[in-house]
Formats: sequence, structure tokens, C-alpha cells
Amino acid sequence: MTLTPPATVEAAAVRVEPAAADTIEGRSPWQLAFVRLRHDRVAVGSSAVICIIVLLAVFAPVVAHLLGHGPNQQFRTTGLSAEGIPVGPGSTFLFGTDDLGRDVLVRVLYGARISLLVGVVASGLAVVLGVIIGLAAGYFSGAVDTVLSRFMDVVLSLPYLIFAIALVSLLGPSLMVSVAVIAFFSWASVGRIVRGQVLSIKEKEFVEAARSVGAGHLRIMFVDILPNVLAPTIVYATMLIPLSIVFESTLSFLGIGVLPPTATWGNMLSESIAYYRVAWWFVAFPGLALLITTMAFNLLGDCVRDAFDPRGNRLFVAVED
Amino acid sequence: MTRQVAREPASQVAAEPLLQLTDVVKHFPLRSSGLLAGKREYLRAVDGVSLEVRRGETLGLVGETGCGKSTLARCITRLYELTSGTVSFGNADISRLSARRLRPYRRKLQMVFQDPYGSLNPRRRVGSIIADPFAANGLAKGAERKRKVQELMELVGLNPEHYNRFPAEFSGGQRQRIGLARALALRPEVVVCDEPVSALDVSIQAQIINLLAELQHKLGLTYIFIAHDLSVVRHASDRIAVMYLGRIVEIADTEDLFIRPRHPYTKALLSAAPTPDPDLVNDAERIVLTGEVPSPVRPPSGCRFHPRCPRAQSRCQVEDPVLDSKNIDESDRAVACHFPLADGESMLPELKEPS
Repeated sequence: MTLTPPATVEAAAVRVEPAAADTIEGRSPWQLAFVRLRHDRVAVGSSAVICIIVLLAVFAPVVAHLLGHGPNQQFRTTGLSAEGIPVGPGSTFLFGTDDLGRDVLVRVLYGARISLLVGVVASGLAVVLGVIIGLAAGYFSGAVDTVLSRFMDVVLSLPYLIFAIALVSLLGPSLMVSVAVIAFFSWASVGRIVRGQVLSIKEKEFVEAARSVGAGHLRIMFVDILPNVLAPTIVYATMLIPLSIVFESTLSFLGIGVLPPTATWGNMLSESIAYYRVAWWFVAFPGLALLITTMAFNLLGDCVRDAFDPRGNRLFVAVED
Repeated sequence: MTRQVAREPASQVAAEPLLQLTDVVKHFPLRSSGLLAGKREYLRAVDGVSLEVRRGETLGLVGETGCGKSTLARCITRLYELTSGTVSFGNADISRLSARRLRPYRRKLQMVFQDPYGSLNPRRRVGSIIADPFAANGLAKGAERKRKVQELMELVGLNPEHYNRFPAEFSGGQRQRIGLARALALRPEVVVCDEPVSALDVSIQAQIINLLAELQHKLGLTYIFIAHDLSVVRHASDRIAVMYLGRIVEIADTEDLFIRPRHPYTKALLSAAPTPDPDLVNDAERIVLTGEVPSPVRPPSGCRFHPRCPRAQSRCQVEDPVLDSKNIDESDRAVACHFPLADGESMLPELKEPS
């Protein structure tokens, strides 16, 4: 650590003094976690990667417009060789083309939209559902707990892929069905985590204190207990996003997720398997995109977990700003 | 010193019962251990307690760990449902009221908890914790709520500017003040203090006890003060009830109880407390009770204290003594013993059996 020149210290002290009189504010565990995150290089790096991916996904139509290549537009003359083999990366097609002469770069960017959308929406749904059901099971215990917990056990023990195939064949594949299927198979693990936490937290004296001042069940559940289970839930939620993205890709790969011609990474991977010997770019770019995205989310999840760990490094670093 | 100031109004207004407990019983069902579920067993945490709390007084409640003090406190504040018996506040029986109809009484009957760490939500700011009673009851919104919270913080000796801090940033004594501010928010009449100082340093204990006395004087509060530290209870209470295995064995004015204990258990308990004056140590009769506290799942027959009582006789094994003032001819105290001690009487067993 470098020593600050004395002049700055004095200046800071003078500036802080008058303000401190009426704004004494403690740093919440959230703020502490956030400060720890900001000082974690891996966290900053992975969030930057995620931000870039999000930006690329958002601006995919702009890129498509600039290149003049639509996501589903086929370039039979320029995009395919005379033998009908995809064209490799070059100046017109930066990431090459696929078997139908479509631009792989544009399709990877469009695929990011689906992956992120499904990943975030499905994880969000799963977390909301899991938190509510886990809270209810842990808080009310007894018969309510038995019913909800056994239901969670059932969901967790279902062979999800077989079940997903059956469900999709019944409802027909679509984006909504994919999201619903992923959320349905993910909420139970969130529910279990929340329930376990609630079981220990509801025995704390501050819950009794809330009851003694006349707080109702809902208030106790959401105002007193929920903030205390949020940290592990958020950690798990960050880990759930890459899982959902992979889950979606799996469904698309098997042809029971989002239907072609919509570009998704899973679709592209499944289309590329016949060509991996002649067109490496066709399999490599969607695969890499999937790998980088899930890895960035997983690393961020690890950092979030460390940041919320009360035994983690105490921060003596001052918060600027 | 503060104590002396506070005691006077207490003795003036005494006699009017504010809180009446009649035969309060709280049994916790135990999980049957065997596969063949036989007779279900119960932990008899509180087993028939009758008690009267007078307006403006401080009633001390003492006893060993596990004798049911805290359970009784939670029965009074209705944090536990009673197994049987009644708790009356004023003239109203509040022991069977539904959550909604209990609300007005909850306001008048507040509680201070033992653990200054566990009783404050670590994820919420102090201002919001103290405002909880207002929020839960939909009282005093916005700026008014904030003003009231800051008044409360000032009342219990906290800096109102620390409104936005988290409990983790306060010391144990300050946290207990926060708990007290929360309990006082709704202007209660009775405050049940469940070992409010046992988790604190001795120097801080005195501060909190003096604060309690000061607030009692200022706000006309009635306290039920639970503790296992006898010197603390003696300092803080007007009357003391001694509990053993879910029952009250003796209840008397503080000084009467300390100078002339009637129940053998009270005497043993008092003799176990260390004496600060070395000259007095050798004079006092040290009574060491033999054996363990019996399990509250299967309490002894007759008098619950008989297996450990040096004065126990055959009658004690069969007949359960009632908490009564008849057997000692003193109207303002009661003891549950067949053979209560007379003034200065030794604990050694006597052979004379009253006819």
C-alpha cells in the first residue's frame, strides 16, 4: 500500500468533518460486499466481459445492419463455395458462414440475445418461485413444510431432460416453453437453500421481537427473514444463470428449445456437427461464445460468494466517493 | 442511587394487580424416540404458575437455568400459546385472544430480550429496527416516525444521529438500549425483561439497570425482571418470585426474601451466591444441594424439590405443597413448602412432624 501525501489527508479530514454531523450512516452488509467486489480483479474482469456480451447482444441488429448481413439471410453465392461448403473467416464474413451461407458472426450475436434472455428470465423466475416456496416451507413448518418439501424433492428427482422432451412434445417447442421448463427444473434447489436458511433464522430472537411488537406473518417473512436469506440466494442465482444458459443450449441442440431458423448457440452447434471437419469456425464460434459467457458468470458467482462471506478479508480500505 | 428514587412511586401505587397469571401451564411435546409411539411425553417447562404483578412494581423472577423463567416470560407476552391457564391484563383474559384482537394488548405488554446480538436484525438499520413497532401497527408515518424514533433513542441514551447505523456497529450495552427503545416505542405499561443484563459486562450491567430504573420512574412502567444473578435481582426488584422446575416455590418482598428465606430451595439458592464481604463468608451457612435438577419431563412426585431437600420428610414425597401464605402466617408472602424455615433456622433436618 502506498502512503498518501499528508496534504491530501488533511484536505480530506477538513472536508469530511462538517458533513459527518447529520449523516452518520453505517455501511450495510450489501455495501460491504459491493466494495469487496469492486476490489476483486476477477469480479471486475468477469463483469466487464458480461457487460460486453450484453452490449453485443443489444446492438446485434446494428452490427447486422453495418455488415449488411441479416441473421437469417442466406448468401448462396458469396457465402458458400461451389461445392456448397461453408466459407471460412475472411473480410466479408469475419467468423465465416454456416451450411446455408449465413453469417456466423451475426448469428452468434443474435444467439447471445436468446441465451441471455433465457438465462436471466429463467433464473429470475426460478429464484422468485424458490424464495417464495422456500420461505413458506421454512417459516410455517409442519404440514405446509412437509407438502412443499416433498414437492421440491419430486421436482429435483425428475430426470429433467426426459421430462423436458416429454413436456415439449406436448406443448410444442418455443421460447416461452424453454423458459418455463428451465425455471421449473431450477426453482426447487433455490427453494431448498432458502428453506434451510429460514429454519435457522426464524429461531433467532429478532423474529420473536418482531412478533412481540405485533408484526404479522407476511411482515416477518419478508421484512425480517428475507433480507437475511438474500445473500446465499443471490450467490446461487448468479450460478444459476450459466446453468440456465447451458440448459437452453441443450434444449436447442436437441431441437426441443427455440426452433430454427432463429439463431441460438445450441441450434448452431447442432447444425454444425455435420461440418466440424470442413468448417471449424462453424462449431468453434458459437461454442466459444457459450464457453466465455458461462465462465464469466461462474467466475462472477464465485466472487459474489466470497464477497458475502463474513469471514472474508475485512476491508480497511476507505470508500472514495 | 437511582434505584432509590424509582422505588418510592412503586410502593405508593402498589396493591393494584395489573397482570394476573392463573395456573399457567406450558408443555412442549417431545418427539417420540421409538418406532412404537407409546405415550407421548411432554417437557413441563412451566407447570402451574399463579402470579400477580402490581402496577408500578418490579417483580424479579429468579431460578436456575432451565427452570422455566424464559418460557414463563414468553407465555406472558403470548409468544408461546399456553397449554392451559390464563393470563389477564387488567380485567381482560388475553391468553386465548386471536392475533388480531391481541394487538392492543401487545402494545401494552412489551419485552426486552436476553441476547443483545440475536435480538436485533443484523440486516436492518437501527432506525428501522426501533421503528418496527410503528411499522407493524401502521402508526406514525414518514417524518413523524423518524422524529419519534430519534426521541426514543435519546430517551435510552443513544445518539439519535446514529439512526442509520447497523446493529453490528454498536456495543452490547448500546444494543440492549436499542432493544429497550424498541420495547418502549408503543408506550407499554408492562415490560418483561428476560435476563436483560446477563450477556453484558458488569460495568455495563449497572448502566442498563439504572437506565431501567430511571425509565420506570419517568414512564411509570411495571417490570417483570428475569435474572439468575441474585445481586442484580436484589438491586432491581421490589418483590421476587423464586422458580424451581416450572413452579414458583416462594414469593416475597425483596428484603424479606433475602434476609428471611422460607423455602429451603430459596435458602440454598441464596447461600450459593458469592458474598463480596470476606468477613461475612464464614458466618453464612453454605448449603450445597446434592444431586442434579430432575428432568422437567418426569418431575418428582409430591414436592418437586424433595429429592434434593435436606428437610424432606415422607409427606413431601406424596403431597404437592401449594403456594400459600397460610403456612407461614405472613400475608404478603407465599411459600410452597410443608416445612417452611423459621427466622434464622438452620437447614438441618428436623424430626418434629406437625400433627
